[in-house]
Amino acid sequence: EQLINLLDTFTRVQAQRPKRPTGRTATSSNARKKGEEIESGDAATPLPPHSIHRFRNAGDAMMKLDMSALETQFGAPAGEDGGLLFDVDGAAMPAMEFPNCPDFDRFQAKTKDMVKNKRGTTTLAFIFDKGVIVAADSRASMGGYISSQTVRKIIEINPYMLGTMAGGAADCQFWHRNLGTKCRLHELANKRRISVTGASKLLANILYSYRGMGLSIGTMIAGWDEKGPGLYYVDSEGARLKGNRFSVGSGSLYAYSVLDEGYRFKMSVEEAGELARRAIYHATFRDGASGGCVSVYHVGPDGWKKLSGDDVGELHYQYYPVQKTPVEQEMTDASTS
Amino acid sequence: MSRRGDWVYENNGGTCVAIAGADYCVIAADTRLSVGYSILTRDHSKICELADKCVLASSGFQGDIKALHKNLAARELLYQHQHNKRMSCPAMAQLLSNTLYYKRFFPYYAFNVLGGLDSEGKGCVFTYDAVGSYERTGYSAQGTGSTLIMPVLDNQLKSPSPLLLPARDAVTPLSESEAVDLVKDVFASATERDIYTGDKLEIVVINKAGTKREYIDLRKD
Repeated sequence: EQLINLLDTFTRVQAQRPKRPTGRTATSSNARKKGEEIESGDAATPLPPHSIHRFRNAGDAMMKLDMSALETQFGAPAGEDGGLLFDVDGAAMPAMEFPNCPDFDRFQAKTKDMVKNKRGTTTLAFIFDKGVIVAADSRASMGGYISSQTVRKIIEINPYMLGTMAGGAADCQFWHRNLGTKCRLHELANKRRISVTGASKLLANILYSYRGMGLSIGTMIAGWDEKGPGLYYVDSEGARLKGNRFSVGSGSLYAYSVLDEGYRFKMSVEEAGELARRAIYHATFRDGASGGCVSVYHVGPDGWKKLSGDDVGELHYQYYPVQKTPVEQEMTDASTS
Repeated sequence: MSRRGDWVYENNGGTCVAIAGADYCVIAADTRLSVGYSILTRDHSKICELADKCVLASSGFQGDIKALHKNLAARELLYQHQHNKRMSCPAMAQLLSNTLYYKRFFPYYAFNVLGGLDSEGKGCVFTYDAVGSYERTGYSAQGTGSTLIMPVLDNQLKSPSPLLLPARDAVTPLSESEAVDLVKDVFASATERDIYTGDKLEIVVINKAGTKREYIDLRKD
């Protein structure tokens, strides 16, 4: 209802307002995009009365943090029980509570340092002629401490779509699950599966609305839909890129070098899986924040299937078996005499 | 150091540990509550029994923890009334994750370990970070002494990763009494080197017979 009122006001006011070529329009155009109005000192074009309460001073519009993009059209507003106790619409985006402090960004920076949330690292995905390969390591760090070596970084959104986790573990887990819910609802409403394009757009729009709030998500959505294999990179800055090869995380530079060197479009599934596994292994070898197990998945026309899961410690000795070095001098036990 | 009204958190210290076995789960936490270098009380429980097969232990800021436990206990009661059964441990695990994430921008300063039996009667332990990222594991430690305790648990209990393919068997080899002894030893060691851990250890053991509670004295210095 709030959104409808906003749009209503906006279109009505737009229709009545004359074109103003002054510098004022330039500063007010940004605010107008968000549905707010800067008080016009122009008495010649009176604006409809009910839009007056939308006015803010030009100074306020500049200095106050604009939260209009975060207001949800459904769900209880923050400050009440926040929709926790009476969750009627489970799929609705919850209204998140914000602290009532003068400097939001500083508060977020300090809390982030204090709790040192779990972060995940090297992931990669690429398209080849038989589908999409998705691979990731399994280490999560909390500051300098390894909090887990068994994190599932490849998240199964539905049987034909996978998402990867890099950045904040909680952020990725929560929003991928939310995306899975939305995809399922789309299926039920439209009697057909959602496309990879659509799913990645859903996620990208949500993340864009939280842009600047401190979410840290670098994810790839990989799947097989009617158009064939699809791969998108989506991140918490709001970027959404379609591509054939991506690697995300602190170890991505190492993974890219191995991946780019060995990549060909025409490969067998085993070759592609082995390339991905090797790329992640090399990233875990050189990057301290990556490690644990390499998981490799293949997404084909029938959905995803896990190809391999290997401990990188053991992989190292598989790829580089210990060479028996010739001994120059051998120490023998002193004979007891 | 911090202006009043600007910084609302404090760390009350403490450590929580949970170990899952084939048909039991051990959850333990110390009972010391501190602020800075002072001990406020030696007798504060960090453990909350949410359901008959589900127990939550949290360390961090006890104000947030009290609120979180109350919130979850209320949700569990609602679930009981709506579904005519108590919440299972995996269900509570997801509820806790969502509850923590809904406060993503004003987090609960709580480091949680959830332990219990799943619907098949096997022990399960879920470990969390402050904003709700969670994972089912065989054992976990959270809190100020966690970095001292985790390496010992890794040494004694580490099992093949569930991510391996072909899957390798990952059952904790310890029996219930061995697991309880391990927990006691591990806390005794952590108390030696962590100033926020000590006084008393509260151990809760869940198995199909029910829930048992035990208190062990730790060093009070």
